[in-house]
Amino acid sequence: MTTAQIGRRRQGATLPADMKVTPTRVIRSEWVKFWSLESSKVAIGAAFLGMVGIGILYTALLAAHSSGVSPADRVRLDPTSASLSGYSIAQLIVGVLGALIVTGEYGTGMVRASLSAVPKRLPVVWGKLAVFAGVTFVVTTAASLIAFFIGQAILDGPGLGTTIGAPGVLRAVVGMGLYLTGIGVLGVGLGWIIRNTAGTVATLIGLVLVLPGIVQALPASWGERIAPYLPNIAGHEVAMVHPAMLAPWAGFGVLVAYLVVVTGMGAYLLKRRDA
Amino acid sequence: MIEARGLTKRYGEKTAVAALSFTVRPGVVTGFLGPNGAGKSTTMRMILGLDAPTHGDVTVNGRRYADHAAPLHEVGALLEAKAVHTGRSAYHHLLAMACTHGISRTRVDEVIDLVGLREVARRRVGSFSLGMGQRLGVACALLADPATLVLDEPVNGLDPEGILWIRNLMRGLAAEGRTVFVSSHLMSEMALTAEHLVVIGRGRLIADVSVAEFTNSASRKLVRVRTPMATQLRDLLVGPDVSVTDVEPGLLEVTGTDTTAIGRLACQRAIPLIELTPVQASLEEAFMELTQDAVEYHAQDAEGIAS
Repeated sequence: MTTAQIGRRRQGATLPADMKVTPTRVIRSEWVKFWSLESSKVAIGAAFLGMVGIGILYTALLAAHSSGVSPADRVRLDPTSASLSGYSIAQLIVGVLGALIVTGEYGTGMVRASLSAVPKRLPVVWGKLAVFAGVTFVVTTAASLIAFFIGQAILDGPGLGTTIGAPGVLRAVVGMGLYLTGIGVLGVGLGWIIRNTAGTVATLIGLVLVLPGIVQALPASWGERIAPYLPNIAGHEVAMVHPAMLAPWAGFGVLVAYLVVVTGMGAYLLKRRDA
Repeated sequence: MIEARGLTKRYGEKTAVAALSFTVRPGVVTGFLGPNGAGKSTTMRMILGLDAPTHGDVTVNGRRYADHAAPLHEVGALLEAKAVHTGRSAYHHLLAMACTHGISRTRVDEVIDLVGLREVARRRVGSFSLGMGQRLGVACALLADPATLVLDEPVNGLDPEGILWIRNLMRGLAAEGRTVFVSSHLMSEMALTAEHLVVIGRGRLIADVSVAEFTNSASRKLVRVRTPMATQLRDLLVGPDVSVTDVEPGLLEVTGTDTTAIGRLACQRAIPLIELTPVQASLEEAFMELTQDAVEYHAQDAEGIAS
């Protein structure tokens, strides 16, 4: 049967001449998806507020009690890390958001629509990753900078503050944005593997909160050898002025290696499994 | 055009679809019919590449679905289970789908108007009724002006007005030269919309015929005769090939012959006929008869498990 015989009519449909799926278009689609859910906006806002708010609270408490701080403690005090202490809550929010942008699609069945629009599947993985990592990095780095500057202004009162120009400080403040983005991406990757919200969030919390505790409970020689290579402990080094165990970028490299493995596994499973 | 060749899907031990081969042609509505659990939805998911076949393959307009540059332009699908994030508005759902193919907001507004969802387009899909959800699904299917439509039980949950709308829409789309493949477990619904039928039971192809052929092939063909001289006519008709049933005094149901023969015979013997009607098996009856084996297997399976 020839095309003329089939004789399709377009009933005035307004369509582009170059209608096809491209990586850029998948990213645009994921951008629309991200910002059209109330949960994304609430979570990203909460991560920002948590980072800034807790930083203010903590540095204000520190400044108020500065008269009781001994000269030895003054030397040991890390003003940068004090102003960034909101990260502990921000990492959980960002991780859960990362999980949700994937598992929310499985929970509602949206994933079938997403994969019917992009049946090659992998562009969806990269598109989600690009949008989520981009948005999260911008927001958490901004939050980190704001928390730092407000925190130092507060600590400057009793003379405890530092400056962005001091050695390692700018790297740590921007590194905090990188670390938080990394934890969020871990949530995304686990989401592709586990596919259900409760399971993914439980696994993420297990990796970030429970596992370090278990490793600490191990005999000291074991714990000391394993702890530096846990994803969140290694990744956090880049966000500290004085890294505890690994060099800052080596530590972040370890986190990135985990992300490559988890995301790769998620991508592989998405390609292989029925939707 | 949809072409399935030896399409098979196994989930562990269970075979959902077994060596299914059929062709769905453009220009007519093709009904995809089978009892619940026959493998219709699985087949449709395989057409869209959502489930991978265990054996065999299925192509749409000459290629596997995933190999098309603009898949939504080839196939518009309405799947049985809702495939929409409940937290998103209908407008943003359609916009996100449109973005993947570079389709503009203008087209999104067009399909929203086409399915009559303009007033609720900015509301969360979670608050939609079943009927509104089906309309959104249809909007999504039509978004990229597809050559082929795959609709899984599209009238489910629709009110009478919605059902009529879907029927007319499907006929209209087929008349435009598109391929329309629509599943249903209701023969009566297909009788009103489809011209061609692909019937499956327990994952196997039972029939791939036109609706007319399907009805004709129904084995039971009977003639209803109403006459005041029922006993006499009955004695004349009964023979090795012809059987007659007394339905009530003065009403006979005859199988094995046709209206012409009965009419002639009655005339020769001067038996007055009040009614002489060929009764074709309804589509529903033909369907039941064909899928009987498939259903019986189910019952046997159940007994097997019980014992």
